[in-house]
Amino acid sequence: MSHPKNLLEARRVEKRYGNQVVLERIDFRVEAGEFITLVGASGCGKTTFLKLLLGTERISRGELTLDGRPLPDEPGPDRGVVFQKYSVFPHLTVLGNVMMAEELAGSRWLGKLFGSARRRAAEAATARIEEVGLTHALHKYPHELSGGMQQRLAIAQALMMQPRILLLDEPFGALDPGIRQDMHVLITRLWREQQLTIFMITHDVKEAFALGTRLWVFDKIRHDPQAPEAYGATITYDLAIGENRRPPEDLARTVDAMSERRTQTHQETPL
Amino acid sequence: MKRLINYTPSRGSRWLLGLVPFALVAMVYLALSNARLAENPDDRLLPSPATMADTFSQLATEASVRTGTIPLWDDTFASLERLGLGIAISALIGLIVGLFTGGLPLVRAKLSPLVTVVSLIPPMAILPILFIAFGTGEMAKVALIVIGVAPFLIRDLQNYALRLPDEQLIKAQTLGASSWQALTRVLLPQLTTRLIDSTRLALGSAWLFLIAAEAIAAQDGLGYRIFLVRRYLSMDVILPYVAWITLLAFVIDRVLALISRRSFPWYHAEAGDRE
Repeated sequence: MSHPKNLLEARRVEKRYGNQVVLERIDFRVEAGEFITLVGASGCGKTTFLKLLLGTERISRGELTLDGRPLPDEPGPDRGVVFQKYSVFPHLTVLGNVMMAEELAGSRWLGKLFGSARRRAAEAATARIEEVGLTHALHKYPHELSGGMQQRLAIAQALMMQPRILLLDEPFGALDPGIRQDMHVLITRLWREQQLTIFMITHDVKEAFALGTRLWVFDKIRHDPQAPEAYGATITYDLAIGENRRPPEDLARTVDAMSERRTQTHQETPL
Repeated sequence: MKRLINYTPSRGSRWLLGLVPFALVAMVYLALSNARLAENPDDRLLPSPATMADTFSQLATEASVRTGTIPLWDDTFASLERLGLGIAISALIGLIVGLFTGGLPLVRAKLSPLVTVVSLIPPMAILPILFIAFGTGEMAKVALIVIGVAPFLIRDLQNYALRLPDEQLIKAQTLGASSWQALTRVLLPQLTTRLIDSTRLALGSAWLFLIAAEAIAAQDGLGYRIFLVRRYLSMDVILPYVAWITLLAFVIDRVLALISRRSFPWYHAEAGDRE
């Protein structure tokens, strides 16, 4: 499959809720196969940005295109997603969760497969589950899994549709450092093997550098003290991450300072 | 000393502690009943346990002269049939309407105000309307239960559907689900579990409506019997019947709880059951 050069393109994208501008002047081109990590103070619109890509929020102005066509304004199978929580279906086993995509595709009315079709779907799903190392938990329900295992499951489930773009909203935010390390290895391997295009929000600059090929920093650069809602955040740094994968000292400090400034002054806009 | 909130009874003592209040009530009743019977052996208000047992076994084993059938089983089957039918219809309506109002904002905007208003109508107040519309047959009694219970179930299921994380429906869409598939594969199974829970809660009012309807117009049924013998102050029938109804309600509740626990282990783990 040959991907066109520019998978995603944004031109002067703006997102506002009523009078409040959340994101403004967003311009970018993303090629297939990039791994973009998004950092920035909390409440500066990273999640809103991800929702624009996902299709649960609509842009207010500008142009956002996928393969040259406007991005659909509802979620679809070309864009997979893993949230920080609630990404898997609590009423299905690990196998059931991963089989879901194929069952929905194969049976329009029941959304369930039977007989040989079901066996084939189960085989495909089992292979996927093996890739994320959950074979031993095939018939367990999500509530029996640890946080890390649930996120592995969510990733396996999202990849069943072979999405063009994978959106990750702080997928490892709630995990222990050791487990996080394992997850980094997993996501890097899957990204390489499946030639995914990934957008990942993270709070951890080191994580952003360890995983991504490109780093975006979101921040508000224009402030109007009389009308704090008049200006939104934009992409202030768009950085190619080199082979050494270490954050430049000054940037790490800038981002940290930024987060601190935000927390101290409580300027966070609830999104 | 440990704080009071940290004392938990062990398994055995929990049973004992649970039995104590029952034993106390029984003792108080026995004392009062004995006192009254000592004064007047024909007293009908607080019959002795032996009298009640006699009457009850008579009702449960001997065919009535009038109908030729055994009254207790007649009453029980008639009542359970009405209750079961009423609950089943309510559950079906609740599940379907709750699914669509919970899952589809367009349907919710249309139906939700109506359901809210209907659920506020006191069902007993429209019982006369039901009798006029459906006659005094089975239909009116079942309809009363449905009108009393279905709106509650619809509202409860709709609220539950709305409380489920949005992420689930979004995720389903990214897996290629159509609206119909998202409703049937994501919402429906989760609402079904909730339905059993809310049905258990609604059973209390279902019994209330059933007995009220039977008391007013019926030829058989547990409520009918109680209100029939009330004229003769037959506490020896009324008290065992009340106990019997309580037992039936208890068994139905436990069976539903067991079905839910067996079929949907994930639901109980999520709800954080501590039983």
